[in-house]
Amino acid sequence: MDLGVIDLSRLQFALTALYHFLFVPLTLGLSMMLVIMEAVYVMTNRPIWRVITRFWGRIFAINFVLGVATGLTMEFQFGTNWSYFSHYVGDIFGAPLAIEGLMAFFLEATFVGLMFFGWDRLSKLGHLIVTFMVALGTNLSALWILVANGWMQNPTGAEFNTDTMRMEVSDFGAVLFNPIAQAKFVHTVSAGYVCAAVVVLGISAFWLLKGRYTAVARRSMTVAAAFGLAGSLSVVVLGDESGYALTDNQKMKLAAIEAAWHTAPAPAGLTLFGLPDVAARETRYEVQVPWVLGLIATRSLDKEVTGMSELVLKAQERITSGVIAYDAVQHLKVDRTDVAQRARFEAHKRDLGYALLLKRHVPDPRMARPQLIAATAWDVVPNVPLMFWSFRIMAFIGFFMIALFGTAFVLTSLRLHTQTRWFLKLAVVAIPLPWIAIELGWMLSEIGRQPWAIEGVLPTFLAASSLTRGVLWTTIIGFTAIYGTLAVIEVRLILATIRKGPFEHDEDPKPVIGLVPTTPPILPLAA
Amino acid sequence: MFDYETLRLIWWALMGILLIGFALTDGFDLGVAALLPFVGRTDAERRMVINSIGPTWEGNQVWFILAGGAIFAAWPFVYAISFSGFYLAMFLVLAALILRPVGFKYRSKRPDPAWRSRWDWALFVGGFVPALVFGVAVGNVLSGAPFRLDSDLRAFFDGSFLGLFTPFTLVCGLLSVAMLVLHGSAWLAIKIEHGPVHDRARKFGTVAGIASLALFAIGWGFVAYGDIGYRIIGAIDPSGPSNPLHTTSELARGGWLANYALYPWIIIAPALGFGGAAVALVGIRRGSEGAAFAGSSASALGIIATVGLSMFPFILPSSIDSHSSLTVWNASSSAKTLGIMLFVTVVLLPIVVAYTAWAYKVMFGRVTTQDVATNPDFY
Repeated sequence: MDLGVIDLSRLQFALTALYHFLFVPLTLGLSMMLVIMEAVYVMTNRPIWRVITRFWGRIFAINFVLGVATGLTMEFQFGTNWSYFSHYVGDIFGAPLAIEGLMAFFLEATFVGLMFFGWDRLSKLGHLIVTFMVALGTNLSALWILVANGWMQNPTGAEFNTDTMRMEVSDFGAVLFNPIAQAKFVHTVSAGYVCAAVVVLGISAFWLLKGRYTAVARRSMTVAAAFGLAGSLSVVVLGDESGYALTDNQKMKLAAIEAAWHTAPAPAGLTLFGLPDVAARETRYEVQVPWVLGLIATRSLDKEVTGMSELVLKAQERITSGVIAYDAVQHLKVDRTDVAQRARFEAHKRDLGYALLLKRHVPDPRMARPQLIAATAWDVVPNVPLMFWSFRIMAFIGFFMIALFGTAFVLTSLRLHTQTRWFLKLAVVAIPLPWIAIELGWMLSEIGRQPWAIEGVLPTFLAASSLTRGVLWTTIIGFTAIYGTLAVIEVRLILATIRKGPFEHDEDPKPVIGLVPTTPPILPLAA
Repeated sequence: MFDYETLRLIWWALMGILLIGFALTDGFDLGVAALLPFVGRTDAERRMVINSIGPTWEGNQVWFILAGGAIFAAWPFVYAISFSGFYLAMFLVLAALILRPVGFKYRSKRPDPAWRSRWDWALFVGGFVPALVFGVAVGNVLSGAPFRLDSDLRAFFDGSFLGLFTPFTLVCGLLSVAMLVLHGSAWLAIKIEHGPVHDRARKFGTVAGIASLALFAIGWGFVAYGDIGYRIIGAIDPSGPSNPLHTTSELARGGWLANYALYPWIIIAPALGFGGAAVALVGIRRGSEGAAFAGSSASALGIIATVGLSMFPFILPSSIDSHSSLTVWNASSSAKTLGIMLFVTVVLLPIVVAYTAWAYKVMFGRVTTQDVATNPDFY
């Protein structure tokens, strides 16, 4: 087991997933906003709404292709780089991916072609339905990929089969209705809605500041304000917090986020600030708000929020129990009819994954002495400072988004949004924020799950393919070069599209003498 | 509802159907992209070529993604071992395919000829490279891949990237290119207005048709007379647990022809491969474009089915270990997963086919120079 290969495999997955996830949230939200804008066009029949829909459709298109292009890598990367993972859990994990293809990708990809090419070939209502199908498809794909990801966080409905040396599905309903998957779906999709709303709000604000395309900008801003307020409330209120009491690893994630080294008496306080010290296993300069964490995490005043040290002790017990299961599996490999070993396996199988943690330190977990087991138990603690700070920045941005859209909603309701310049400037500056929060959220979820690829089942360091460092460097450099180039091109094209403005040649309203123009005359602009 | 053996057979067939679906739909997109710089000489001509597939290629590509997902769900061993075993080849395919959506969408965003020319060649790479590598990969599947499994069923590989390219696998790669270029030219003949692009597409189609026939025959010769083919030794339990360690296999010259003696009706697959290409060739020469497209479709279907049926029950034989080869009987998901996924597929796939057909109907008709000049939605 070459740990360098594991680290490089993780690096590549992180790079490609984080990069893919730059485009997906905007696609998720903007597709929904296009439905709203086009629905207004169909209902009011006013051409300005067609212009609005088509303009944001062009931004959508530039962004969408990169989501598709980088998504290709994701669909195959489990096989190329995480071959043992694919074997070990493919029986469960493959299904949502296949259903995602059948139910979601076909829908969005087939209808997206009609959405771009079908304006002249479809009726108004027909085109609106097509746009809705695209939005439905993108949102369904988020559902299925998060069912898959949710199962990695909380692997319910599956059991280890000693004949095939892998996890197999026992209850598909439990995989589908995994509460963590549902919480993740709502949280992630809402984050995508906020991201798109911020983009529409920011670009519209930019135009309003410049006094350009105001008819398009102020209407777009009204849609963004309402959509963004709903999204930002949902992303925080229906956030991920609800799943944190469910499994040992989820409890560990919560403890790491709070840098709670020990279980505190109920109801636990929420740490606002502090400096986690990993070596000393304590947090300095803590500032706590009493009761709040207990309320959020346990929905009660009397339940404890378990600390990391207590969770490590539990992991130690589970490793010891897992070694028995591991030993039984080795016997059952040779003789599957051995009744005594089968009984031992059944009694300890839920801890089998914990025994595998020892493989990082000894080739055969059965050789591990108690001291090694005690030391290995600390492997279940993720990177505490990273979790602690990522969460605080993400949450801060989340609350800021509520404030931003709350203000936007009030201003648009009072029709003050076109002249409140400080707000317009703030809206432009806020454009990168949702991406920061989203990428941090992804890191919290995936780094917080470490050392596990599948929580309690398969450690990450066992999940990778048997590759060499050389080929991994080749593909990491290759992907970085391609993705880097495409990112530069995409940003330039989006900026060019914004500069060019929403009007295409024939719709470009020329000022007519005697009429008040809806937008200022368009002077020669850099195309 | 079905027993494990039947479910495995159904999913083996479904894997074939998905791959054929990919070849029949996205196959012509790959062929068209590979032809792009050659059938279109001017910018307007190239835009006609691109827009002939512009509205539908994205949906077509999902057949490839779905094939990946479905193989993951139904044949996890195949997914895990083939993609990590052919690691750099897979990277090459992905890198080339990543260029495609971007090329379509970004090419016509700027008028600069150098910019457009670069994207045209990127699109060529996005068509030619995957077509070639898929064929080479199939060649390697036929000749066996150098992998072995340990007792935890972890896979290890002995091969190298350059080792993927042998005379036989190159013939397979070129056959794949010829087959998809033939299919692509038949598509262009249907979709492009009569004129220079249409004429060039027919010329390239003729060459590709002849090449398909010749390369398929040469490939057949390799399989009949070369050191290619495997057989299973000992008993098979078609309902046994998915564990390749229990199967023993060995290299057997001419092994891929054994099924034709056992089940003579499968000769229909290679017959379709040859016959379809011949029909396509005649159709392209005579200007019967519908017949040409039907012929190239039948040919692609026949060629892919030939591979699957000849190898049955093997899916991916190991060339270095007699207890690692993947077959229909030892590499699938559990019966439960196969059953659930079958239900999902039976419900959803007809819906997908229905709205895909509707999308093609909406975009029906030839692409003209007029469209390219005036329609603001065109790439």
